[in-house]
Amino acid sequence: MKKSVLLGTIAAMGVMAGVASAGTLDDVKANGVLKCGVSTGLVGFAAPDANGNWEGFDVDICRAVAAAVLGDGDAVQFVPLSSKVRFTALSSGEIDMLARNTTWTFSRDVDLGFTFTGVNYYDGQGFMVRKDLGVASATELDGATICITTGTTTELNLADYFRTNGMSYEPVPIENNAEAMQQYLSGACDVYTTDASALAATRASFETPDDHMLLPEIVSKEPLGPLVREGDEPWGDIVRWTLNALITAEELGVTKANLEEMAAGTDNPEINRMLGTEGNLGEMLGLDADWAQRVIAVGGNYGEIFEANIGESTAIGLSRGLNALWTQGGLIYTPPFR
Amino acid sequence: MAMADQPAAKSFRLSMLLYDTRYRSITIQIIMLGLFVAGVWWLLDNMYSNLDELGKRPNFTFLTAPAGYDINQRLIEYSSQSTNARAWLVGLLNTLLVAVMGCILATVLGVSIGVLRLSKNWIIARLMTAYIEIFRNVPLLLLIIFAMSIFINIFPQPKLFRGEDALSSMYFWDSVAFTNRGWYIPKPVFESGSMIVGIVFLLSIAGIFVFGRWAKKRQEATGEILPNFWIKLGILVIPAVVFYYIMGQPISLNYPELKGFNFKGGLHLRNSLIALWLALSLYTAAFIAEAVRAGIMAIDKGQTEAAAALGLRPKRIMKLVVLPQALRVIIPPLISQYLNLTKNSSLAVAVGYMDLTGTLGGITLNQTGRALESILLLMITYLAISLSISMVMNFYNNSVKLKER
Repeated sequence: MKKSVLLGTIAAMGVMAGVASAGTLDDVKANGVLKCGVSTGLVGFAAPDANGNWEGFDVDICRAVAAAVLGDGDAVQFVPLSSKVRFTALSSGEIDMLARNTTWTFSRDVDLGFTFTGVNYYDGQGFMVRKDLGVASATELDGATICITTGTTTELNLADYFRTNGMSYEPVPIENNAEAMQQYLSGACDVYTTDASALAATRASFETPDDHMLLPEIVSKEPLGPLVREGDEPWGDIVRWTLNALITAEELGVTKANLEEMAAGTDNPEINRMLGTEGNLGEMLGLDADWAQRVIAVGGNYGEIFEANIGESTAIGLSRGLNALWTQGGLIYTPPFR
Repeated sequence: MAMADQPAAKSFRLSMLLYDTRYRSITIQIIMLGLFVAGVWWLLDNMYSNLDELGKRPNFTFLTAPAGYDINQRLIEYSSQSTNARAWLVGLLNTLLVAVMGCILATVLGVSIGVLRLSKNWIIARLMTAYIEIFRNVPLLLLIIFAMSIFINIFPQPKLFRGEDALSSMYFWDSVAFTNRGWYIPKPVFESGSMIVGIVFLLSIAGIFVFGRWAKKRQEATGEILPNFWIKLGILVIPAVVFYYIMGQPISLNYPELKGFNFKGGLHLRNSLIALWLALSLYTAAFIAEAVRAGIMAIDKGQTEAAAALGLRPKRIMKLVVLPQALRVIIPPLISQYLNLTKNSSLAVAVGYMDLTGTLGGITLNQTGRALESILLLMITYLAISLSISMVMNFYNNSVKLKER
């Protein structure tokens, strides 16, 4: 009896695995909620506030996509994922999209079978040390003990950087940011290395941020962006063009404040096409005409989201730098809405 | 007539497979086996084609590609340019290291605690009961994380050892440093000539066995007992020490010293290793202690009384009468505790100890994205380790179990 129950269960699992999934867009609409993978808690990018509401730069991307698809920026189920399990969660279908400070690399794009839908933050790997360590440059770190989040590109960059510079180091692998802070603050490691933006966010959450500093070296390119499973192009297009709408809105001066006014119709045809007062771009995406209005209504355009979460007015205090619009000397650029 | 009574020996009909009780059970078993194999094949085929659809055809070539990451604790040569297979091996050795260290400490602790729990001293017996109940009933993962937190937060940072009026100091004549990055202890350095000292030491160990046999025969013949322990210790230590000086002291110690960011030199026992080792040992010792207690209590009290009536002292009763019989009861559960300890060592990932789960099942899996393949290899590796331990321990069990003839 027992054996037959067991076999039956296994068989049922096999059958379930065999059912091909429908398009992600239909799944999300059917569920009425967007399952979005985010960081387990990185202030500024994705962290729950005192009331348990998720907020942050990556969180706002999830909310924008939910607004485009479901019409409600709060219809998001945030799934906190460690850097180790994030890809498994995405490829297994546990989440619909991943917005988790994830670096766009060749092997992740090609070999792991994901589609990166753009870059929402151009980052690079940096090093944080205590000021009293007396180190002014990463080239003086020979022999240091370094805390490093395991399963990230930074782990590989670090090995490359120290090998190229002929230095040795002692890696201390850790699972998540909270654990890294514990080890770093107790002095169990001299250096904490990860993306410079995450370092700035972590430093801002310290009791005495001024005792710590970021070393000037940025040792890698880390273009961070949202990603989806490969092979579902319509869904990838929605995520891609949601991000593009946020960026284009900043470029064209559409803000949360003047959105209604702009949506009523303007002299600029590109604004009209994006906001749906002209043409049928929304229909091509499989959405309605107002999709981009809802996207911008959630948290404003790209620049507004940046300033509200990680900009210079926040505790994290990141300047736009590379993440300024291309018209202002940065790298943020989108294809046209046409 | 007699001919007709002969059974039709060779006439076999197909229906007999079902109706003849001699064949029926075999028939049913074969059919079940066939169904089982078909079911497994179907599931595997299903998995394979689904993976194929996802573009994730199983592929093991990643094992020969450079791993790209560094590992802090490596018992063999390894750099970030080594292959993933090499990283797997490094992880395997780290798993075996902590498993062997854990089994040894857990056995020593477990046997002592198990025996002490039966002590007539009320306080000691109750203390041991408390130990067992506490450690047996707290999840192992919490013990490991707790141990790690203590090591990180209680022990001093290396920089506190610096300067004239340093806040922390090394112990044992400046040879051992306890820091929150681990323990630094002196490391033996073997120079030319140390080989001979090593060989002498091994010969001494062989000598101990020879002496033991001779002493036993002598005891059987004359009834006299020599101070065996001291003689054996002498055989072990004296020749090695004499040769150590004859060869011009070829083995020296390399002491840890504070240089730059960390202590340099000496042997670095990382706190991830120590935390894992202690937590695994303390946890498993509680179970072993119960097995030992059960084994001792399984020996009839009459045995002890009979031995006492023969004039044996309590220590000898334990060593010569009770323990040899108790071992028969203790060994089987002990095997499963060793297996548990080895498998539990995969919790190492919680403190960043680079064992099998940390290298092959952690970083390699992550960086290559080959989840299915890595986990499959991981399971096979753990299976192989467990079966090897079982084999060795069963061999030992066969040697101590009751011989029935």
